[in-house]
Amino acid sequence: MTDVLMPALSPTMEEGTLSKWNVKEGDTVRAGDVIAEIETDKATMEVEAVDEGVIEQILVPAGTENVKVNAPIARLKGEGDSSSNGAAPPQSAAPTASPNTDEQKTVSPPPGTGGGGREADGGGQPAKPASEGAAPLAKASPLKDPELPAGVKMVRVSVRDALRDAIAEEMRRDGDVFLMGEEVAQYQGAYKVSRELLQEFGDRRVVDTPITEYGFAGLGVGAAFAGLKPIVEFMTFNFAMQAIDAIINGAAKQRYMSGGQVSVPIVFRGPNGAAARVAAQHSQDYSAWYGAVPGLKVIAPYDAADAKGLLKAAIRDPDPVVFLENEMLYGLEFDVPDDVDFVLPIGKARIRREGADVTITAHSRMVGLALQAAEQLAGEGIEAEVIDLRTLRPLDHETIVESVKKTNRIVTVEEGWGAFGVGAEVCQRVIENAFDWLDAPPTRVHGEDVPMPYAANLEALALPTVDKIVAAVKAVTYK
Amino acid sequence: MARAPANRAPTKAAPKSATPKASTPKAAAGKSAAGKSAVNGAVAAKGPDKAKLLDWYRNMLLIRRFEERAGQLYGMGLIGGFCHLYIGQEAIAVGMQAVKKPGDQVITGYRDHGHMLAAGMDPKEVMAELTGRAAGSAHGKGGSMHMFDVAAGFFGGHGIVGAQVPLGCGLAFANRYRDNGQVSFTYFGDGAANQGQVYEAFNMAELWKLPVVFVVENNQYAMGTSVERSSSETHLYKRGVSFNIPGEEVDGMDVQAVAEAGAKAAEYARTGKGPFILEMKTYRYRGHSMSDPAKYRTREEVDAVRKTRDPIDHLREKMEQLGYTDEEAMKRIDSDVKKIVADAAEFARTAPEPDPAELYTDIYAKA
Repeated sequence: MTDVLMPALSPTMEEGTLSKWNVKEGDTVRAGDVIAEIETDKATMEVEAVDEGVIEQILVPAGTENVKVNAPIARLKGEGDSSSNGAAPPQSAAPTASPNTDEQKTVSPPPGTGGGGREADGGGQPAKPASEGAAPLAKASPLKDPELPAGVKMVRVSVRDALRDAIAEEMRRDGDVFLMGEEVAQYQGAYKVSRELLQEFGDRRVVDTPITEYGFAGLGVGAAFAGLKPIVEFMTFNFAMQAIDAIINGAAKQRYMSGGQVSVPIVFRGPNGAAARVAAQHSQDYSAWYGAVPGLKVIAPYDAADAKGLLKAAIRDPDPVVFLENEMLYGLEFDVPDDVDFVLPIGKARIRREGADVTITAHSRMVGLALQAAEQLAGEGIEAEVIDLRTLRPLDHETIVESVKKTNRIVTVEEGWGAFGVGAEVCQRVIENAFDWLDAPPTRVHGEDVPMPYAANLEALALPTVDKIVAAVKAVTYK
Repeated sequence: MARAPANRAPTKAAPKSATPKASTPKAAAGKSAAGKSAVNGAVAAKGPDKAKLLDWYRNMLLIRRFEERAGQLYGMGLIGGFCHLYIGQEAIAVGMQAVKKPGDQVITGYRDHGHMLAAGMDPKEVMAELTGRAAGSAHGKGGSMHMFDVAAGFFGGHGIVGAQVPLGCGLAFANRYRDNGQVSFTYFGDGAANQGQVYEAFNMAELWKLPVVFVVENNQYAMGTSVERSSSETHLYKRGVSFNIPGEEVDGMDVQAVAEAGAKAAEYARTGKGPFILEMKTYRYRGHSMSDPAKYRTREEVDAVRKTRDPIDHLREKMEQLGYTDEEAMKRIDSDVKKIVADAAEFARTAPEPDPAELYTDIYAKA
């Protein structure tokens, strides 16, 4: 004997009207036959039989209103005998068997989800128990830049060539690594980052794509599903907005929603943020957008050594990495260790300048401005500690918090818009973890809240400057 | 991932030497019928093989009964969210599975349960994912639209209409990169056929001669909008014309026709000629999802398809004509399938929910 239950039409339905019976007692029904119609304020739907058998009894007559979901509405007698029918589903137990009632109430979410340090942002700790999320933070971050081998030479390299070298070295090291994007091969790279890679690796591994960001980003993700390690170059990240579904829904969420079955070892890279005089659609900083997404790692280096060491780490990483470069930095030269094994840890900030009076955080090109501001401030007797975030997700807030406990003040600098931005996130984590150490309100310097203008004077006004940073520092140091 | 060979039909080894005949174009399968799944194996040509037809029948019936039960569990509140049933379209997943060789990949959209079962995934694991339990294929974190069996070449259920098409081309790209002779079977619906990224993917697939078979499951309705109301060219197999991708219309309610067309398309892709489009004309009996009352079409329309074109009835009639059905065997299939589905439902109903600690796992690779 099987009870036929009042079905729910949607996850939110609790009761409905049994408007019509299409069968009567004694009728034989097959699986799939429509036996009744039910109705809610939203819709009418048909109830199909799941088992075959004879309608033995109709328990709820047609026209009955407010029939509770899961209430028995009819009784079905199976073929042969119900008692011997091992296949009969235990439907009558259903109303109390729902998993979405009592059991679930005992599963409370971790307290304060969403706060600093609780995001599962790729710090390499699986299964962070909820209670640990609230633990005090102020431990030194376990990640460290590697010691350079004794006698390693430093060479002067542009950021552009450091990126190129990182790609070339990793392609030599691993045959599954390949580069794809617009103009990466024959043209030698729109910004020449992929110069001479086609000559060395051939067109199987250095792949010119049509102008088709959504398509090739998705194709790269699929190739990563199959175990290849694509480096997908966006000519600029402005065009990656066309592909953001592939990056977030395709790559970032895949491991989670497959219960750990699918890895997406892919790097999305290219210049991000404002170049010069290219106006609103070609000048956006996407740091905060990608930084908000669990499942992604997000890197935004400043100098050539970090660009190389972190890009190599990104290529080797088993998870999707968004690697934000900056066109204005490509031509700048820095010292880089001459060592193919130079790989930096993802998720570790770098203190670029020590100081006791104020902490300044910045990433990408803004690090240069922050350092200039710090020099200027030093001349006025204010010693700023400049932290290069390097990785935005996972954010190394331990290093920031430690610094603020020393300086008692923080100014964040970013090129992008302030609202819902990187600086907002950094400040919040400082507030959560070092509130009692603060002697001034956490303060942000950021791009103005406007689309990027074209006119030279307006563009300059829209971006952070050394002067704006200096002014913010003076405000928090009450000078 | 555990699969359930025990739940498969008793495997009467598929014929090892299915020699292609002239009637079927360049048969796919020739060489190896070896494969763990009973539905793997040579398809082509030799005329209907009894064991194969019975197996197809059984697999289609399994999908039908599984989906009916899923619908019921949804009604009981045990399955939440979206739940897109495959009822009516069974011949496509089952017929195409017969074309697949070990190592080939399958990727599809969110009407995916049938593909999972056809790929050999354990019905318990699939049903337990639907009910959001730890024993589900994605540990309860994916649900109806996101299940995977990478070992079996099943790369998921994807929830964004059309997004699986570039992904499927990426799988094919990897095949070409490795020159491994494998084919990616990339499924999408008539609705996805109007997404721009599908054509971005078509372009690259033909440009680079990727080994991919695009299978369009044209069930006539993109949610509530019919093909006629949404598509300037309603013959979706022609959608590759401007990319030089050949296409063919197939009766997607006839499992044999599906397998034959699939074999031809797979052979084309496997031998380096590039992508091929198969438009499977089919029909879904249920609404778009469980909460769709399907008022955009008449009950008569649905009934007419059920009566005249049902893929399971169709195959059964064919087998009767061939004298392949004996009462006993058919009853056994019926009761086997019924038991598998009832066991899966019971398992999915009683299996524990994921541990709360699972909230924070599988976001990144383990360090």
